[in-house]
Amino acid sequence: MFTGSSPFADYVDTTFLFIVGISTLVLIGLMGAMVYFVFRYSRKKNPHPTNIEGNLPLEVAWTVIPLILFMGMFYMGWEGYKQMIDVPKGAIPIKVTARMWSWTFEYPNGLQTDTLYVPVKEPVKLTLTSQDVNHSMYIPAFRIKKDAIPNRENIMWFSTPEVRSYDIACAEYCGLRHAYMYTKLVALDPPAFEIWYRDKSAEASKPYAPLIPGVSEFK
Amino acid sequence: MTQEAVSVHAGTRGFYEDTGKRTGIRAWIFSTDHKRIGLLYLMTMGVFFLLAVAFGFVMRLEMLSPGKTVVEAQTYNTLFTLHGIMMIFLFIIPGLPAVFGNFFLPILIGAKDVFFPRLNLLSWWLFLAGGLLALVSVFLPGGAADTGWTFYVPYSVRTSTNVLPALIAAFILGFSSILTGLNFITTIHRMRAPGMGWFRMPLFAWSLYATAWVQVLATPIIGITLLLVMVERWFGVGIFDPTLGGDPVLYQHLFWIYSHPAVYIMILPGLGVVSEILPVFARRTIFGYKFIAFSSVAIAAVGSLVWAHHMFTVGMSNTGMFVFSLLTFLVSIPSAIKVFNWVATLYKGSIVLEVPLLFILSFIIQFSIGGFTGLMLGALAVNIHVQDTYFVVGHFHYVMFGGTGFGLFAAMHYWFPKMFGRMYNKGPALASWFLTTVGFNMLYFPFFFLGYFGMPRRYYDYLPEFQTYHLISTVGSWVLVLGIIVMVVNLLIAYKRGKTAPANPWGGRTLEWTISSPPPTENFHDIPAVTTGPYDYSEYEQRQAEHP
Repeated sequence: MFTGSSPFADYVDTTFLFIVGISTLVLIGLMGAMVYFVFRYSRKKNPHPTNIEGNLPLEVAWTVIPLILFMGMFYMGWEGYKQMIDVPKGAIPIKVTARMWSWTFEYPNGLQTDTLYVPVKEPVKLTLTSQDVNHSMYIPAFRIKKDAIPNRENIMWFSTPEVRSYDIACAEYCGLRHAYMYTKLVALDPPAFEIWYRDKSAEASKPYAPLIPGVSEFK
Repeated sequence: MTQEAVSVHAGTRGFYEDTGKRTGIRAWIFSTDHKRIGLLYLMTMGVFFLLAVAFGFVMRLEMLSPGKTVVEAQTYNTLFTLHGIMMIFLFIIPGLPAVFGNFFLPILIGAKDVFFPRLNLLSWWLFLAGGLLALVSVFLPGGAADTGWTFYVPYSVRTSTNVLPALIAAFILGFSSILTGLNFITTIHRMRAPGMGWFRMPLFAWSLYATAWVQVLATPIIGITLLLVMVERWFGVGIFDPTLGGDPVLYQHLFWIYSHPAVYIMILPGLGVVSEILPVFARRTIFGYKFIAFSSVAIAAVGSLVWAHHMFTVGMSNTGMFVFSLLTFLVSIPSAIKVFNWVATLYKGSIVLEVPLLFILSFIIQFSIGGFTGLMLGALAVNIHVQDTYFVVGHFHYVMFGGTGFGLFAAMHYWFPKMFGRMYNKGPALASWFLTTVGFNMLYFPFFFLGYFGMPRRYYDYLPEFQTYHLISTVGSWVLVLGIIVMVVNLLIAYKRGKTAPANPWGGRTLEWTISSPPPTENFHDIPAVTTGPYDYSEYEQRQAEHP
């Protein structure tokens, strides 16, 4: 489905599998006990039921043990989340604008693209907003997602582990072509990125290339 | 005492014969008898349910393969909106409380009716009006709403579809829900039979009590929110719409402050049904009565404080994230306590494996899976990844359908003989249990894989790598629908031609089984005096042993 990971993916998967593991064990225990009781204490095998009103130590046990486990799960979830909001210093700032039904990425020099190119392994900080309705930028491979909401700026960050491209999807329902609001995140080697960035910036500025040199800032 | 009461009414059609001097349909739609009102709800709700199932069925068909399969994108968006609105506001919320609560709550606590019978009828009329308005909005020019059942601003402000009629419908349905809640609280406080202390109350009544408080306290918030949306649309006051200077996130908060407690309005009565049915077929008392009763109240209380866990990706403060995640884990504990007590109730019972119990066993497993996936969603790091994906859709269908839906199926098969005075055929009922259980799990379990592998929800189209899961799921939907058809047909045949039901076909110990099937108009000839807890099998089993 997706390979490769960001700093978060391993942690999220570990947390997820930890909860899945405990859940599976408890579920098997519950189902096993249930099915066993249904057969062992069927009307035929056990014609005379025993009235058991309850058992306080048991009630305490199955309140306290889940509580401890749940607090462990909560803690793992919180720790992972802290990594997601802790943006490293020097991350490349890119502005993301969502609209029905496409994305625009704006680089520090003003370059705008519809595909997100980044240098591999470098932290990237995205500032998200929307021009119309709510959207949500979702990079499944990195296990991260953040809503793009009009009049608001939300932050997310990541760094790419390897040179390849990843899917970016919209996760907040936004109308007719919501399912097609996909774009790509492309991680390039830093030299390749530099070349792309320079060429693309030059190319983008061409249509607006001023006749008088030196006025390009007013573009 | 109880044996006598039965013989007095044996062989009659009970309250069905008492039309209150009205004829035809008027004997129903103007009746203030809680049993007739319960059945009115059953009929209206049943129609909405089958319609919403049909919408879901078409949605699954569309997901069979990538690209267009049967409907266009706009139709698909409308379908999931209507499926959600109808299932939530017209089926699950009123489902157990309005149908089985109305019919059985007064009987379970030894009363002749609810405290406000006329208000009760008004609730149904409001329910019908809201439901019809929702249906009419589909056919008005502009087309059916396509916002999803959450009506998130700004999309709901921008779309040209009929959002306002749908909002007004939800507003009216809210009043119906509040009035029912108010009625049940009053009824439980004021009308319990002599000797029925709080801890002799059947657990279904406890769950309805907890639910009713949520209905009364939380529903006004959605009413106010919907009013604010209308004010914004009609008068251009900027509240939620960013182009008018409003805040769309405020809308989400207000929406979920109601809609998360509403989730407990939906599930609590289902939990009550399990606690009600299990002891009957285990022929022993429930394990941990007080823990189950109080856990309902705890769920209602803590459940009112976890709403923002639906919004972990909107960009909340870290304090908010921390607190809402923590509370989400805490609210799981009372549910876990219930599940453990249920399984313990089977221990050393003398179990009769009838159809209602089978539905309950499916409920327990499916509700547990719903709960476990809820833990995964409660963990912040995981939530960020699976929020707004099929994982969430799988989770809430496991709780709402695998839980409440199956609870309703169980209640239907458990109380059918009492409500209609007839028995259904066991064979087809078993088949329907098997088909719905297999179909349900086949339909929704793949959702967890889809979600974790990154398939967002509310997608008309999808990447080819997801197709295998969608294929399994769609085939599951066929099995599930077949199971529902078998169930409905079987129960309809039983209603027409079923064998006459005895007063107490299952050996239940609660009060409804002490009166004839169907119950007489006034329920009880003389108000019964209650001397034991609701699931006291010691005496009953002794009698069975002496006179098998």
